[in-house]
Amino acid sequence: MTSIGERLARKEDPRLLRGLGRFGDDQDRPGQLWMRVVRSPLAHGRLVSISKPEGAHVITAEDVPPGVRIPVRLKVQGIDLDDHLQPVLAADEVRYVGEPVAVVLADDPYEAEDLAELVQVDIEELPVTVDTADGTQAAEFELGYGDVEAAFGEAGHVVRIEFEVGRHSAVPLEPRALLADVDPASGALQIFGMTKVPVFNRDVLATMLGIDENLIHVHAMDAGGGFGVRGEFYPEDFLVPWLAWTLRRPVKWVEDRAEHLVAVNHSRQQKHVISAAFDNEGTLLGLKDDVLHDNGAYARTHGIIVPELTLAMLPGPYRVPAFHGRVRVMLTNKTPCGTYRAPGRFEGTSVREQLLDVAADQLGIDRVELRRKNLLTADELPHTRAMSTLGTDVVLDSGDYPGLLDKAMVEADRLGYLSRLESLRAQGHAAGLGVAMFLEKSGLGPQETADVTVSTSGAVRVHSGGTSLGQGIETILAQVTADALDIDPAVVTVINGDTVLQPFGGGSWASRSTVVGGSAVHRAAVAVRERAVRMASRMLEVAEEDLEIKAGMIGVRGAPGSSVSYADVAKACRPGSPYLGPDEPAGLTARRRFEVEHMTYPYGVHVALVDVDTGTGHVEVLRYLVAYEVGRAINPTLVEGQLLGGVAQGVGGALLEEFRYDEAGQPQAVTFMDYLMPTAAEVPRIDVLVAQDAPAPGNPLGVKGAGEGGLTAAGAVIAGAIRDALGLTGSVGRLPMTAERVRGLIEEGT
Amino acid sequence: MKDIHLIALTVNGEEHEIVVESRRTLADVLRHDLGYTGTHIGCEHGICGACTVLLDGQPVRACLVFGVQADGCDVRTVEGLSDGEELSDLQKAFSRCHGLQCGFCTPGFLMLSEAYLSEQDGVPDEAQVREVMASNICRCTGYQGIVEAVRQVAEERAG
Repeated sequence: MTSIGERLARKEDPRLLRGLGRFGDDQDRPGQLWMRVVRSPLAHGRLVSISKPEGAHVITAEDVPPGVRIPVRLKVQGIDLDDHLQPVLAADEVRYVGEPVAVVLADDPYEAEDLAELVQVDIEELPVTVDTADGTQAAEFELGYGDVEAAFGEAGHVVRIEFEVGRHSAVPLEPRALLADVDPASGALQIFGMTKVPVFNRDVLATMLGIDENLIHVHAMDAGGGFGVRGEFYPEDFLVPWLAWTLRRPVKWVEDRAEHLVAVNHSRQQKHVISAAFDNEGTLLGLKDDVLHDNGAYARTHGIIVPELTLAMLPGPYRVPAFHGRVRVMLTNKTPCGTYRAPGRFEGTSVREQLLDVAADQLGIDRVELRRKNLLTADELPHTRAMSTLGTDVVLDSGDYPGLLDKAMVEADRLGYLSRLESLRAQGHAAGLGVAMFLEKSGLGPQETADVTVSTSGAVRVHSGGTSLGQGIETILAQVTADALDIDPAVVTVINGDTVLQPFGGGSWASRSTVVGGSAVHRAAVAVRERAVRMASRMLEVAEEDLEIKAGMIGVRGAPGSSVSYADVAKACRPGSPYLGPDEPAGLTARRRFEVEHMTYPYGVHVALVDVDTGTGHVEVLRYLVAYEVGRAINPTLVEGQLLGGVAQGVGGALLEEFRYDEAGQPQAVTFMDYLMPTAAEVPRIDVLVAQDAPAPGNPLGVKGAGEGGLTAAGAVIAGAIRDALGLTGSVGRLPMTAERVRGLIEEGT
Repeated sequence: MKDIHLIALTVNGEEHEIVVESRRTLADVLRHDLGYTGTHIGCEHGICGACTVLLDGQPVRACLVFGVQADGCDVRTVEGLSDGEELSDLQKAFSRCHGLQCGFCTPGFLMLSEAYLSEQDGVPDEAQVREVMASNICRCTGYQGIVEAVRQVAEERAG
């Protein structure tokens, strides 16, 4: 019996429903100091002086070890960003509102906040750059293949649009929090609250502190949403442990929401000038894109992977014979940027799909037909694009893109999207339908390691390198383990993100945990199963070939009474057991690694029906369908959950959410009253079609990642639906489509 | 100088007497003084609703209420929903309908729903449930499972 494919209730739920999860701010230590960060109130200036209130414990740049900067975690395109890295505390110059300039320590968080307000920061103002185009260029690179100039030269039609994507970000509901404490006996630094990439962060911290990495223990925690931003290495990830280490006192820091909105990675802000070359029949000949990417004040851990992914994924699921992309990464006096769920793909998909909508109208071809005509077909896969991203070649592994587009359109019609559109229009509504196709990527390497151990009670423990960010990875990995061992998932406990229990973990990001982490767990569980069979053959004195495993019992085929349980085998693996060979390690356990050669590429279709109030510019999303190919769904409910949540964030990015700045670089969205996230009133009931038609060939489970596809085409499909509703001939030009901008489009009548 | 007060409050049926500063929020009193860490703080300005608790039966934002205002009051938090080992019907419905992912907003949604359902005579339709659930913010689920869970419990309780 397999556990894979079951809609198993989540293992995480009971503790979270009782309020017994362990989040960053959920524990305190006796005698702990509370840290409060003093942040720059100005967007750009020379730091003249910092005056400390009398008796206050204030730390500034001159107190921290010199030269400590936030390193780039993912280096790509051979581009050196060393000149643009962020110091943990600003020393000479501040470059964005919210940049840490000092920290204050106190016994009580209220007092720490009071003292921080009394710290006087004297800054000599310098000119502020807000517009991306006026920024400092940190990097420029090109990606592409084929003869683009020739393609455009022979084109019957060239379609060109300009499109901007607004600055927004993940904004998980739990602000960041960290507690660091040095265990007096062992001298080891205990850290609570690091997520996403705990092993990487441990290693960075060990280097910064100049200590052995095994003196740092990052503990497994719950996290209130990740979405790319949480768990990257930020200035506070140095400051809190460093202070605890130096002062030999527990130090705790909890970010407030106003800080979060200026301190944590922003994302998405790009301006594209994109053109496509078509022949007279509407066949794509080539694609060109010129991108201006706003990275804010510094390069942080993600370096330039967002702009790289933007270009590398831009051709999407289409047959694009020639492609050329150029991106300029600009630094401005705004919060630094990093990845946010579907990084580069949300942006690129919005731009490309809007271009295809405009092209369809100009070519006089139905927009679904234009897409179908240009999608790579099943027999063209695998398809290699002569460019790389994140250090791996772009090899589109498996799928049937036109098949899923057809399925989605049939489903939308069956659910009444088209008839509703007609009836709304008949009643005089400005209603519109959007259709967008996208390609995702998932399962980024290089590796994941997992340990599976059976104890003498028969309980099974899994130590994986992922982290629990709400995605349900404990449940998924328990199902994978239960499947390989043929046991009840109820006896499996999964612990993620503890650097002592799993010192080789790669973390949870890039829709990788099920694909890479799941494959490592699968391999470890298979190894345990094989060992159990080997031991059982000794215990039962029969050949391994004569044994079979059924419901957790290893027995002799055809002899029902003769069997041992995993618990029996675990006992037989104890030291001193007569079944254990002299050189054989004790314990029924295995550690295995799964290495990724290429990513696996899921894909999908979004269809949305909107109703635009032409008086107010308000856009109501009435219906929303996501069709998504996941290869194989370990737990369909959790796949659907990922897609539903992604859509909600996408509706936010498409219609509401934006980090705006005034001319002086002052952020205009610093509360939830001006950074508007969708509520249950703005998100419609969402229809989901999960396809399992194209298993991934590159991993033993056949799975493709599901973390991002609910979001990837949300900007594209809502932009397309609004364009359709308003009957525009050109592009909508910009996301988010706030009511004000929709009103502007109506008045322009383009 | 600190302005301190002795207050008495009941949390999930248990009586507490504690000394608090006048400016200390009820959320901090519950979390850091009394150890009810299930009440979460997401924004500290009354928008997200993660800190929603019941104060004498009414849902309030614990980040906008001072601890001293709860003097003599009866507080219910997420820890008080289940009856020992057994999850409440509402908690079970949230799990069954996949109405939670990271679980950070969940205590707030549960307490909001608990108060809403206790005021209901009939069975609300989806639009009515959505309107009330729009009081709080969830960043993971897309709200579908939450709305479905509340609707199902309303039906079950109506018999």
